[in-house]
Amino acid sequence: MMTIFRMIGRGIRDAFKSVFRNFSLSLASISCITITLVIVAISIIASFNVENFAKKIESDLTIVVFMENNADEKEVDNAKKEIERMDNIDSYKFESKNRVKDEMSKQSDVFDAVMKEWDDESNPLRDTFQIKVKDVEKIKTTAKQLKKMDKVAVVRYGEGMVDKLINTFSSVEKVAYGVVIALVIVTIFLIINTIKLTIFSRKREISIMRLVGASNFSIKTPFIIEGMVLGLIGSIIPVILTTFGYLTFYKHFDGYLFTQIIELIKPEPFIYYASGLVVIIGILVGMIGSAGAVRKYLKV
Amino acid sequence: MDLIRLKKVSKKYKNGVTAIYDLTLSIQKGSFTFVIGGSGSGKSTFIKMLYREEKPTTGQIVVGGVNVVKLRNKKVYKLRRKLGIVFQDYKLLPKLTVFENVAFAMEVIGATKQETRAKTLKAIEIVGLKNKVHNYPDQLSGGEQQRVAIARAIVNEPKLLLCDEPTGNLDPEMSMEIMAVLDHINKTNGTTILMATHDQDIVNKMQKQVITLKDGRLISFKEKGGYHSDDDDI
Repeated sequence: MMTIFRMIGRGIRDAFKSVFRNFSLSLASISCITITLVIVAISIIASFNVENFAKKIESDLTIVVFMENNADEKEVDNAKKEIERMDNIDSYKFESKNRVKDEMSKQSDVFDAVMKEWDDESNPLRDTFQIKVKDVEKIKTTAKQLKKMDKVAVVRYGEGMVDKLINTFSSVEKVAYGVVIALVIVTIFLIINTIKLTIFSRKREISIMRLVGASNFSIKTPFIIEGMVLGLIGSIIPVILTTFGYLTFYKHFDGYLFTQIIELIKPEPFIYYASGLVVIIGILVGMIGSAGAVRKYLKV
Repeated sequence: MDLIRLKKVSKKYKNGVTAIYDLTLSIQKGSFTFVIGGSGSGKSTFIKMLYREEKPTTGQIVVGGVNVVKLRNKKVYKLRRKLGIVFQDYKLLPKLTVFENVAFAMEVIGATKQETRAKTLKAIEIVGLKNKVHNYPDQLSGGEQQRVAIARAIVNEPKLLLCDEPTGNLDPEMSMEIMAVLDHINKTNGTTILMATHDQDIVNKMQKQVITLKDGRLISFKEKGGYHSDDDDI
């Protein structure tokens, strides 16, 4: 057990030594990782913000159900029960036509003067349900279900606009994920190449290690750690950029992008999570790349 | 007791060259043996098969109780820890000092710092380089570099020391220095030494066990002897 720890310790020491010994080579792959991670970081920030914005819009989305004017209390009650039974309903708010009348009366004297004349029978307004759904993507089906209920006159949810928004968001998300995945793959190949060169430049050392009886584990470990170190060093600049870049960006736009509708995610603690994610991606990518190189070029 | 045993060993390389034909011999623990023969006689292949750098095509090889032929690639390191190997070209790491080069062999097998330090200093003392501990290989003469390589090979206290033309790059004087070191290791530590060479003077002077190979075949195995021309006639 202790031997394994000593070997890992040696691996870490060797990895750092090797990074600095082959500095120009390491610098090349570190820069590649840096560039990739900067773009990854931007993608992460963008996609998180888009998602955040989408969620906000979605949570604001409301289906309004207008009952028939002549629906009586019992029929409204039935509708209520039916709405409660539907599975995509998150919450609903009921407003009776009298309440609507009262509220409108309060808003202006003109309304008040006209509406005073109305009693329960002659009130032309309608009882309404304002409904929030759980899953916005199923809003169309839910609206159709609502429309089928008895005594329902009209169902409104801003149809065209909502569909478009949802489509746009999901395609933006897909593109962002695609770009990130493609970049990660490119970086892995770059790291495989760098570690391959390190392995070649240390061939002599490796052959001596084999001759004096180093186990495969202790031969492989330094290279894998070296990949992780490259990933870690490569993530320094992206983390700084993420943190200060996003802070500046947020301050410059006062927390909103272009319009008051698009609200940016508050920098704290978001930037810490994003930075953490960037570091983890950097280290993982370095590890995967070096493991690939070790398997391919280190015949042990 | 036999430390090395070969039974009907043949080695044919992929390019069709047969380096060893039907070799059967055994070497006793604690002995000092020369393997001689001209270029292409199979000396190097013989040595390489002992530390499992090459696998024989047919036959059996047992080194220190380990069946070398059946040893899986992953387990080769277990065999290598039982032997020390010295080469003609020293195979030192140029960026490490004498101490670090020798300690390297201990470190990579996971020895503790104290153990590494103690054994490294002892090995360097045995080869007589105590005052050059902090020098780099390029600051040493060829003989001194080879002595560092020997120190590295014996630091792990192996039972067997394999030497493949260790004096091949050295002048006669330095060669004799190296031979003195090897003889000392053989006598004081009881380390079995097997040395491939084509240096007639050394073999004649040392008067040790001699295995003669020619074109991949064993042509003589003498208890005590020299490198005589009549060997070729047998």
